[in-house]
Amino acid sequence: MGYKAKFRVWRGEGGDGRLEDFTVEVNEGEVVLDVLHRLQATQTPDLAVRWNCKAGKCGSCSMEINGKPRLGCMTRMSTFTEDETVTVTPLRTFPVIKDLVTDVSFNYQKAREVPSFTPPAGVKPGEYRMKQVDVERSQEFRKCIECFLCNNVCHVIRDHEENKPNFSGPRFLMRIAELDMHPYDVADRKQAAQDQHGLGYCNITKCCTEVCPEHIKITDNALIPLKERVVDRRYDPLVWLGDKIFRRRSEKTS
Amino acid sequence: MAATTSEVRKQRAQIGVRTLRGDRWWLAPLGTFAGLTAWLLYALIRTATQSNYWVDGYNYLSPFSSPCVSASCAEGARHFGTWLPEFPPLIPLGILVLPFLLGFRLTCYYYRKAYYRSFWLSPPACAVAEPHSKYTGETRFPLIAQNLHRYFFYAALVVSLINTYDAVYAFFGKNGFQMGLGNLILLGNVIMLWAYTLSCHSCRHITAGRLNHFSRHPLRYRMWTWISKLNAKHMQLAWITLGTLALTDAYIGLVAADVLPDLRFFN
Amino acid sequence: MTEIERHSYDVVVIGAGGAGLRAAIEARQQGKRTAVVCKSLFGKAHTVMAEGGAAAAMGNVNPSDNWQVHFRDTMRGGKFLNNWRMAELHAQEAPDRVWELEAWGALFDRTKDGKISQRNFGGHEYPRLAHVGDRTGLELIRTLQQRVVALQQEDDKLHGDPEAYIKVFQECTVTRLLKDGDAIAGAFGYWRETGNFICFEAPAVVLATGGIGKSYVVTSNSWEYTGDGHALALMAGAGLINMEFIQFHPTGMVWPPSVRGILVTESVRGDGGVLRNSEGKRFMFEYVPDVFKDKYATTEEEADRWYTDQANNRRPPELLPRDEVARAINSEVKAGRGTPHGGVYLDVSTRMPAEEIVRRLPSMHHQFKELADVDITREPMEVGPTCHYIMGGVEVDADTGAASVPGLFAAGEVSGGMHGSNRLGGNSLSDLLVFGRRAGAGAAAYVDGLTARPKAPEEAVRQAEAEALAPLEREGGENPYTVHHELQQTMNDLVGIIRKADEISEALGAIEKLKERAGVTGAAGGRIYNPGWHLAIDLRNMLLVSECVAKAALLREESRGGHTRDDFPGMSPEWRRKLLVCRLDGSTVNIEEKVQPSMRDDLITLFERDELKKYLTEAELSEYDALVEKEA
Repeated sequence: MGYKAKFRVWRGEGGDGRLEDFTVEVNEGEVVLDVLHRLQATQTPDLAVRWNCKAGKCGSCSMEINGKPRLGCMTRMSTFTEDETVTVTPLRTFPVIKDLVTDVSFNYQKAREVPSFTPPAGVKPGEYRMKQVDVERSQEFRKCIECFLCNNVCHVIRDHEENKPNFSGPRFLMRIAELDMHPYDVADRKQAAQDQHGLGYCNITKCCTEVCPEHIKITDNALIPLKERVVDRRYDPLVWLGDKIFRRRSEKTS
Repeated sequence: MAATTSEVRKQRAQIGVRTLRGDRWWLAPLGTFAGLTAWLLYALIRTATQSNYWVDGYNYLSPFSSPCVSASCAEGARHFGTWLPEFPPLIPLGILVLPFLLGFRLTCYYYRKAYYRSFWLSPPACAVAEPHSKYTGETRFPLIAQNLHRYFFYAALVVSLINTYDAVYAFFGKNGFQMGLGNLILLGNVIMLWAYTLSCHSCRHITAGRLNHFSRHPLRYRMWTWISKLNAKHMQLAWITLGTLALTDAYIGLVAADVLPDLRFFN
Repeated sequence: MTEIERHSYDVVVIGAGGAGLRAAIEARQQGKRTAVVCKSLFGKAHTVMAEGGAAAAMGNVNPSDNWQVHFRDTMRGGKFLNNWRMAELHAQEAPDRVWELEAWGALFDRTKDGKISQRNFGGHEYPRLAHVGDRTGLELIRTLQQRVVALQQEDDKLHGDPEAYIKVFQECTVTRLLKDGDAIAGAFGYWRETGNFICFEAPAVVLATGGIGKSYVVTSNSWEYTGDGHALALMAGAGLINMEFIQFHPTGMVWPPSVRGILVTESVRGDGGVLRNSEGKRFMFEYVPDVFKDKYATTEEEADRWYTDQANNRRPPELLPRDEVARAINSEVKAGRGTPHGGVYLDVSTRMPAEEIVRRLPSMHHQFKELADVDITREPMEVGPTCHYIMGGVEVDADTGAASVPGLFAAGEVSGGMHGSNRLGGNSLSDLLVFGRRAGAGAAAYVDGLTARPKAPEEAVRQAEAEALAPLEREGGENPYTVHHELQQTMNDLVGIIRKADEISEALGAIEKLKERAGVTGAAGGRIYNPGWHLAIDLRNMLLVSECVAKAALLREESRGGHTRDDFPGMSPEWRRKLLVCRLDGSTVNIEEKVQPSMRDDLITLFERDELKKYLTEAELSEYDALVEKEA
């Protein structure tokens, strides 16, 4: 049943800190977050860690476990051997406040830069009619629990702090895709995706998809389709010519 | 000390190492690197030698040399005619389409991931720091040209048609319908090439991905769902077709060089 | 004495779940400068956990549905103890609130003709829950969050500052409400991130802090549910009603221990899942109470037919209101027919094909696979009751959400009355929207009606500061985690799903002792993001609300909805007329009885006499008879 596990937890305030070693009890069926809670209750009452639902639905307990971005509540201890040392560190891409808690305000800033859902004028609440097949793509993206693991793992900002002003990260590029595919949204989002949100920085190396705890196919279903929509608008002379000749209205209406 | 106001300094956790991953994260990029390099070397050698690409009588033409339309080509291989004079040595006989094929694969959304990770280490694996100090992604020349994938896709469709013609052509010899193991290999290769080409992300976008109301275009939506299923296997198909291309070429090469007799089923 | 960050707003909303955000949006839309203060990050509130859907009688799936039917279902579910005016407003306004979300970008699942799809749920006569798979709460919170962002973008265009009219103070805990005489004057709290103090000056405060589940060991609630709003209201002088009524959701996970209490949505049963004991028997047929006898199937055959033909069959007993199902499971386990881990089996695996389960219950499938390593398409789940929701809360005016303290408003789980003694599934999300909006509007109107802004006395601010700092300054005090755990165990064991007078008294004794110990807790470490310190502060609130629950539970000598007394198993029409109001007197909770107002004539006549006679006193019944006669 229970055993003593070896844990190494990053502790510190601001950026300064170190990995501290702990030996802590682990019981059957527990997850990493349970063990961190036991540390709080028995050894380090002030160990800072964010968490809420403990069921993989709120996306609060994002951390890096043995170097991999994960949710603490969704990482079962049974995935490690009993003599394995489990190393827990804060998200690397964001500044540390204390221990495992990072300042994720970057994400809230970027969220505010994406223009909101823009329905056509004159549609009143209750009058919306949408077919299931037409909302399914956007619904997949709305499964997002905003754990920001995708933005954390993305090398564009993880390895290059200087790209932060120009790149919104997979989470918010996916939000743009979600709105662009919404059957009632009329805003043109393609130019902004490329110019303001840095879609061109994405080199589709798919780490966002790999770490997504909701298993959203971020790259294949959001980022690549969005890149293709941008190509429609900016890099496809045939489409451009067709639009000019036939004065076609925006793709939004089709 | 409790009553004093503490200021929180804002900087990232200072962790000295490039990654804390303890698993063998380097295995996948290493494998990709080895696989792609080996294939490229093989293709380079085979095309540069201008030999053993055609089996007369059985009408097997290697996809690396198709369409064969220069005066350097064997007489029978020129089934589309002779459009070009003789090639100097080292120039691949299929040079007319090879740039498009290469372009299609180079700009392919899967291959991009594969070589960005394994050749350019950008990043080598998830949560492993890349060695470059600057990164601009696909925002400027030359990588902005990755957006041309769609045109390479159109070209790849044409090449797939040519390959299909080659595969069908090989079934008809001097004595009418004929079939050997080579025909099956050619056919298998063409089927996989079509699957890879159609599973392309651009193709998925063109069929219906660009629409916002699937329900108003039921036929295109049906195609999209079908292509989406194929698209989920794009990576596998990318590797399978590398395999079938090399296998087809190698088999034809061995038969043409009389190293291996073709297994004949019919004529 | 340190410098305290100060802000001035028209309306301060405490809590950023569904109710809080809806209230804030309303206040801002009415032109009020609004602050939203929340303990977690923006968008992480407990509302994300709601799975089933939002109940609204839109009639998209069954056109016979309307607000009167919804009202009746709600009253029935609450065993007629509901504030009928709230139940009425809720049933009438829920459809508009759901449609409004759609205009803000929510994407609900659709019917064939493109309207919002609605699903069946326990206690609802018709398919009524607007939903998105089984992650409706997430959709709701995200939509409201994005609506707040949309308003900020508007303000940015107009005023050049996105936070000019609505600002979110995230990871910030309010510890005290401030008053100027009788009226609310603001709120005091601390930033979790820095440990620095913050003071809001505001004439109106809307409480939207959710529930109290963290006073129990087995709970579906997150750490935030420490009864903050309940306690803040008590300390500000407001009354709490119906605190004895706590909903134990019948199907929480019981294994593995780390996820004990986490919810298995009711839609599992609505979509065909059945409950079986260790003998393989579908036991719910034996637990249909008399009041529901003619509404539920008596044979498995009939129950199974209902899933495909609801018009001609009665519903399966698995879909009885939550309190009935929770008690049934409790009895089965007590009778020794439970699973090895002390629950019962909930099975969908034998009821539909695997792909259908994954399509209809995606997040349940995901949750069990990832958290418990159980594949619900292959094997049954082990489930048991878990503390889920408190029906009781701040006594408010139905139309405005105003509490008895001027300037104090409450909405959502922290308010009381709407759900009576038991809440129907799906009614909480719609409750948040309807009364969140009403409280926001109520607060805005209150501010408009003021002639002068109240001002908080400086002394109160300094007292609040000292109170918050105390645990940090205590060397080697009691471990807050230990005190918390003991409180949880006490409440779970002694004031849980089945209650007895002597056990409740024992609990009250224990709470008294824990109060003393909580007064001397010490928190090691500094002020920056120190969870031990935060817990030490939250303990006060949890102990206060636990005392309310226990005291009210001891007084109410009947069993009704979320309050089951082993020593008083029956429902009493006399007790239906009484509300128990908790108030704070010094540091102890006192309870007063209050008469439940009678239902308006046009509402009570929506019910049949046969049904009413199970709930009403003889005197009330003769009034009803006279009414019917007069109308005839």
